[in-house]
Amino acid sequence: MTTQSATQPVPPAIPAGPLTEKVSVRNLKFYYGNSLALKGINLPLYDRIVTAFIGPSGCGKSTLLRVLNRMYDLYPGQRAEGEVLVDGQNVLNPGQDLNALRAKVGMVFQKPTPFPMSIYDNIAFGVRLYESLNKAEMDERVESSLRRAAIWDEVKDKLGASGQSLSGGQQQRLCIARTVAVKPEVILFDEPCSALDPISTSKVEELIDELKEDYTIAIVTHNMQQAARVSQFTAFMYLGELVEFAETTKIFTAPQDKRTQDYITGRFG
Amino acid sequence: MAEHIVTSFDADLELLRSRIAEMGGIAEKQLDDSTRALVRRDVALAQQVIDADSRLDSLQREIEELAVATIARRQPVAVDLRDIISAIRVAGDVERIGDLAKNTAKRVLAISSELQPAKIVGGVQHMSDLVQEQLKDVLDAYAQRDEKKALEVWNRDDRIDALYNSVFRELLTYMMEDTRNITFCTHLLFLAKNIERIGDHTTNIAETIYFLTTGETLAGERPKGDTTSFATTPAV
Repeated sequence: MTTQSATQPVPPAIPAGPLTEKVSVRNLKFYYGNSLALKGINLPLYDRIVTAFIGPSGCGKSTLLRVLNRMYDLYPGQRAEGEVLVDGQNVLNPGQDLNALRAKVGMVFQKPTPFPMSIYDNIAFGVRLYESLNKAEMDERVESSLRRAAIWDEVKDKLGASGQSLSGGQQQRLCIARTVAVKPEVILFDEPCSALDPISTSKVEELIDELKEDYTIAIVTHNMQQAARVSQFTAFMYLGELVEFAETTKIFTAPQDKRTQDYITGRFG
Repeated sequence: MAEHIVTSFDADLELLRSRIAEMGGIAEKQLDDSTRALVRRDVALAQQVIDADSRLDSLQREIEELAVATIARRQPVAVDLRDIISAIRVAGDVERIGDLAKNTAKRVLAISSELQPAKIVGGVQHMSDLVQEQLKDVLDAYAQRDEKKALEVWNRDDRIDALYNSVFRELLTYMMEDTRNITFCTHLLFLAKNIERIGDHTTNIAETIYFLTTGETLAGERPKGDTTSFATTPAV
């Protein structure tokens, strides 16, 4: 039985050729104190592919995202077991350089979080932590990052203005530019559009679609239509478990697990 | 299937289902009536079949409008999406079945004054019996979301094709025997073909049911027995 014919649209298309695992999550368990939030997750993030995480609140999808760049290290009492391999290296190792990891695995949050500084410095700030560029190189990096985040035309005449003076949608794209500026390989989006209007949402989605040409992307979203629109693979999580992981087209047309079906069709609970 | 959190969504899907059921009931009656009109030379009944077709057309339109509106408002996915797409497809097939029954009834009117050899009408009637059984089963399978039953229908269509072949050959013989039979036999041939086509629509519906319940399309060729497309007249 053929599951996909040449004529079947798979928007956005999965590139031809074999997929390579950029990130491999192996038997990952995560504890908030004594409570087990992730119960042994196994999952790949493929290179230059958008993987969406969906599931009801509290299912562990944001937790999983926070493990991928060890954001949880900032909080006491939280610990992870298992392996998260990025390019084959287990980033959960205690010896892992966290700054290097977070430069390699960037993150964009739910609410836009521009620093209280100029648009220019919002981009340059992170870059200065990892690289020492001269003025011309930095100008060039700021411009290319802002262009990459499709916000250059809107801010090029006011780079000195505060990042917080921008609209919500612009702030979010500024944050994406800031993430892109440090040349990451993986970008994690934690509900990047939940505070944005439909137009800004479309712009961010278009951006994600473009970014996947160069980056491995994971996105957590409560908007299932958004997952269907932007991702090539979708993971459905429930109560700390990975219930189903498959091509997005498959998940949204013929999911295999009843829980996935109930959730995406709005029959849950 | 559990109910949706939004109950009006369930109501939309239920409405689609009930409209399809109504269409199915009408189409079954159309086929039955048109065949009975043929056998009994009942001109009034044939006229009834012709008149009733407009109800099927309007139901199909209603189903399509409802389906489009539901897609626009609910953005259905997975089984819900397949449910709605299937409703559109099944409504299309049932509407065509109605058209074919109507055309059958028209031909009954056309040949009502001609001499009709009972034996050959019997062959068409037998075909119609088989098709009515197929239609009933496939509509039941749709209502029950039963892909097994749908597959049975899908696999059974070759019996109808075989019967159509024999009716075809018999009509050829009649026409060769006496040219005055040609008008009547030609109508009867189209009429038999209509019924055979209705059988094909039941297998389309069976395929839709399979897609609806499993999410996969039935691959491979359906068993086909209609060889008349290649038939030639033996030299006289």
